Order: sequence, then structure tokens, then C-alpha cells
Amino acid sequence: MHETPISRGFRSRRQEQTPKDRVPPGQYVTTDFPVLSAGPTPQIKVENWNFALQLGASLLGKWNWAEFEALPQTTIKTDIHCVTKWSKLDTTWQGVTFDDLLKAVGKAEPPAGYIMAHCDGGYTTNVPVADLIGGKGMIATRYEGLPIAPAHGGPARLLVPHLYFWKSAKWIRRIRFMERDQRGFWESLGYHNYGDPWKEQRYDGD
Amino acid sequence: MTVIETAATAAAPVRRLAWQLARVREIVTETYRVKSLMLDVTSWQGHLPGQHVDIRLTAEDGYQAQRSYSIASPPEDDLLALTVERVENGEVSRYLVDDLRAGDQFELRGPIGGYFVWTVATRGPLWLIAGGSGIAPLMAMLRHRARRKLRAPALLLYSSRSLEDVIYREELDMMARGDPHLRVVHALTRKQPQRWMGHWGRIDKALLAQAGFPPSQNARIYVCGSTPFVEDVSRFLVELGHDPLAVKTERFGPSGE
Repeated sequence: MHETPISRGFRSRRQEQTPKDRVPPGQYVTTDFPVLSAGPTPQIKVENWNFALQLGASLLGKWNWAEFEALPQTTIKTDIHCVTKWSKLDTTWQGVTFDDLLKAVGKAEPPAGYIMAHCDGGYTTNVPVADLIGGKGMIATRYEGLPIAPAHGGPARLLVPHLYFWKSAKWIRRIRFMERDQRGFWESLGYHNYGDPWKEQRYDGD
Repeated sequence: MTVIETAATAAAPVRRLAWQLARVREIVTETYRVKSLMLDVTSWQGHLPGQHVDIRLTAEDGYQAQRSYSIASPPEDDLLALTVERVENGEVSRYLVDDLRAGDQFELRGPIGGYFVWTVATRGPLWLIAGGSGIAPLMAMLRHRARRKLRAPALLLYSSRSLEDVIYREELDMMARGDPHLRVVHALTRKQPQRWMGHWGRIDKALLAQAGFPPSQNARIYVCGSTPFVEDVSRFLVELGHDPLAVKTERFGPSGE
């Protein structure tokens, strides 16, 4: 271990008085909404969109856009935290909670302990089911009352706001339940498997 | 739909990416608002071209700030180069560009990111498209390619505001002169010198079609720049028929919304 070097002359330029309990360690607050994606933004028409819930290889449920829009809608206001260090406070999202999805396929209990989210463009991310139930996760289709812009994951993205935002997968098309946890895209490339911003779990081993 | 997935299980324990001390050996002025920090990192484990590091600055009152910067040096070099652009009101970048001096130290950890990477082992033509300081991780790739004397076709399309804003201009000129398989095309968006032989204005679909590799050549494409720049260029590439999975992107800065 080394002694932390002090950068003389370096000081905070933050103007805003953000309560400390809103901003996890190593993060800064932005009012912008930066875009981080590993590839081109897919341009998805809602007419061609559908969403499926799977257990292993078997289909539990499938919805087209109109059917999905007819599911019970929930609105939440929450802070989001990107592993690239920005946090955005009080963002409002509308969509279908994971609990309501389970209800829609007639499941009183989740059928397995983990899920893999599969997205247009090939992106994947894994999340424990415990982090999605009880109102903790949703498939969001509106941001600040409007359809989600393609660059931000529209028409539909996963929203798991208490984990780093790479878990809130853009352009989601399928959720697959898994008996055993497996790593998704960034989780296989050196990022943390769970990603709790409050424990600063950015990278493997954090 | 192609699915990117690995069979890796989640359980394998790994060593934490520890914070390390970086000492500034030298600061190179690249343009009037961009500098390269040449860093001595004693136990650097090596990196792949395209990867980045997190840096952490600590103020006298204990305040800390972390930011990510792409590595501009190739794995072959002894010093780690970070190229930093001064961002208006940028808390960290202003300090790094204006106040940091040779001999200073700060903390750093990495390398980070395993997707936006290219090595000489990667097959196919290499096509790099940079906007402004987005050149930094692509320069690590070009320098790596030059050090290893790879003679596979490569192309850099590089958009800058004006000639004075072009980062690594002389080095890129030298690289292109000494390598018949490397083409460098500059686009200048705001101010062009008289008799400018490069592209006038932004990188558009026509330039990508005319100067770029055709989709049939399966080039590996890396796009790095501001969010609006990367959104436009990557959309044009897909519209021109390039496989979206062959287009790797890195966006930075404000979303421009």
C-alpha cells in the first residue's frame, strides 16, 4: 500500500449541495444524460418489437408492444449511477414491474434465482432475481413521461436502479431465468458480477 | 439475432484492481487545449490497445474525484500515456491540463475494458474513426500496429475542428508516410486552411462510403468521440451495410440533448 498523494491546488468545483447519502463513493452528479453503449444504437420500431420471458429453453410468456403496454403500469422516481462515475438524481421511469410480469405469466414465485437479460445488439447482463422482485426492477418504456429515446435504450430497457446502470440493459428483448448465475457481457470483461454502487463494486474483485 | 455470451461462471474469485501510484515523468503539449501525461507506473501489469484507466485525485481537504481516461500508449512502451482535453468547467481535466507538473503523483487503476480493444492478432482490415480527443484509444492501436510493423490495411478517419485542433498531427503524418498500408484522412469541421486537401466538414455518409472499406471486407471498425459524433457515424455505418457487431464504439462527454 502507498500513501495517498495530495494533488496541491486541486479542489472541488462542485456547486450543488447534494446530500452525501444520495451519491455513492467515487460518483459525481450530472444533470446531463450521458450515453454509453458498446456498439451502434439499434433503431427498433415498436411494430416489430416483442418481449419474452423464458425458463431455460421454455417460453413462459411473450408480448408484442400493444400487449405489453396493456400490462399494469408503474411509475418510479429514482437515482441512477453509471460505473463511468456519473450519477443522475430524481429520474422518472414508467413501465411494468418484474412482479407484474411474474403475475402475468401466473407465477406466484420466481421459477429460478437468477436471470440473464438479452438485448438487441447482442448485449447481455445477469441479475439475481432477489434484486428484481419486491418492486426493485422493471421493464421501463417511458422516461420523464415520454417514450425512451433509442440512444437511452428505447423502446424498452431493464431498470434496476440500485445497481450500476450497465445492469439496466438497453433494448431488452428477453429475460431468461437461470438456475445458476452466469456472467453477462461486461461481467465477462472485467466488470463486477453484482455491481452495488454503494460498495463501489465497479470491477471484478472490488 | 446474434447473442454475445460466454460460458464463464460467476463464482471465480479474482484479484482486485488495486490503486497504484503514477508519477508524471513528462507532459507533452499536443494542442492549445490537449496535453499528454507520460506516466511512470511502477508495477503496471500491461494493457491492450483501446483500454482505459481510472484516475483518482485527492485534494488537501480530503475531497476525491475519479475519472476514466483512455490509454494512448501502446503496450510496447515503458511509459503510460494519457491524453487529456481541457473541458470547460471540467473539475479534473482542468487540473490535469493546467496545474499538473512533471514529478507530481496521483492514483490510478487499470487496465479496464475488454471490448473496445484491438491487437495485431485481430484479423481483417482495421478501420478507425475518431472525433476530437476520441483519437486517444485509437492512437494506442495505431502505435501498437506501427511498433509491431504489421502490414495489414488500416484506415484512420479523423475529424477535428481545425488544423490546430488535430492531436498527434506530426506523428500521424510520419506514420502514414512510412507505411503504404495505412491511410489517414483528416476532416476539418469549422476552419480549413486554404487549398485544404482533406475532407471539408463533418464525417458524413458519403465520406464513409467513398474512403472506407466496403462491408464485404469485414473490417474491424472502432468509433470514438463525443456522443453525437459516435451516434451519427455508427448509424451511417449500419445504413451502409456494415455488420453492427463489427462496429465497436466508445462515447464520451455530454449527450448533446
